[in-house]
Amino acid sequence: MKITVRLFATFRENREKESTIETAPGTKVEDVVRTFNIPPEDVAIIMINGRGKTLKDVLSEGDVLALFPPVGGG
Amino acid sequence: MTSRRSARYMRNGDCITEDEQQLLSRARVCVLGCGGLGGYIIEMLARAGFGYLKVVDGDVFDESNLNRQILSNPDNLGRNKALAAGLHVQAINSEINCVPIPEYISADNVQAHIGDCDIVMDALDDMAVRKIVAGACQEMGKVYIYGAIAGWYGQVATIHSGDVTYPLLFDYHQRRGEEVRLGNPSFTPAVVAGIEVSECVKTILNKGKSLRNSMISIDLLNNEVETIKIEV
Repeated sequence: MKITVRLFATFRENREKESTIETAPGTKVEDVVRTFNIPPEDVAIIMINGRGKTLKDVLSEGDVLALFPPVGGG
Repeated sequence: MTSRRSARYMRNGDCITEDEQQLLSRARVCVLGCGGLGGYIIEMLARAGFGYLKVVDGDVFDESNLNRQILSNPDNLGRNKALAAGLHVQAINSEINCVPIPEYISADNVQAHIGDCDIVMDALDDMAVRKIVAGACQEMGKVYIYGAIAGWYGQVATIHSGDVTYPLLFDYHQRRGEEVRLGNPSFTPAVVAGIEVSECVKTILNKGKSLRNSMISIDLLNNEVETIKIEV
């Protein structure tokens, strides 16, 4: 199945900001995060189709996954 | 006849009308943090004519603040940031009721400090404290204007009680973010603070489009600004 992955802020360093990838049914957010060489513990905000999700959630065909690193300064 | 007060706000033109100016003068805003974001936020709220500003920060200025914190200067290093903010607001406009609180915000004092305000402005630098404040605002029905920065990047959202952004934005385990590696330059706090203050003004005046149930993500390195809608 195909999903779209959108990366924000520092996750874009040396990576495409948006890419469509082919994954197996049952793929979890955490699996995709590892595919992009992002340590799962470095992800702060996860959205699938604009809804808040977790690393353990399973993706479906056509999903748009958005990943944000922690931004905490003031 | 033009009064002295209206001359001060004349250049707000049709952007903020005289009636709207009155609404701002009656609004009560709490700014949590008087550092990078907070300095610019306080400056802009004071210039905009907000009548009551509570400014909270337990920290003191040090030399490493001089690259970006507009309230810091070589003469006030070692002084409390909230007290410096209070003096600055008085210098801009002595009619503003500005209450400086030289304390760190925590679960123990957050309700007492935000209780008498309509809007809480986030200028914090600790994600664990943000979580506490966001939770208190949900509980007390306060509008929380979230803002955070790291290097070239920033985020802003306007969160009312029950908004979907509340569980989404504060479901993290981290205490610090990418700012630890990237630092914070002089310009990112100004950009994010400007958006936070514009959200605050629009919320009080009930005009324009707000960042409710959405988040603006700013990437100044690549000039990419995106408003991400969060589905309810």
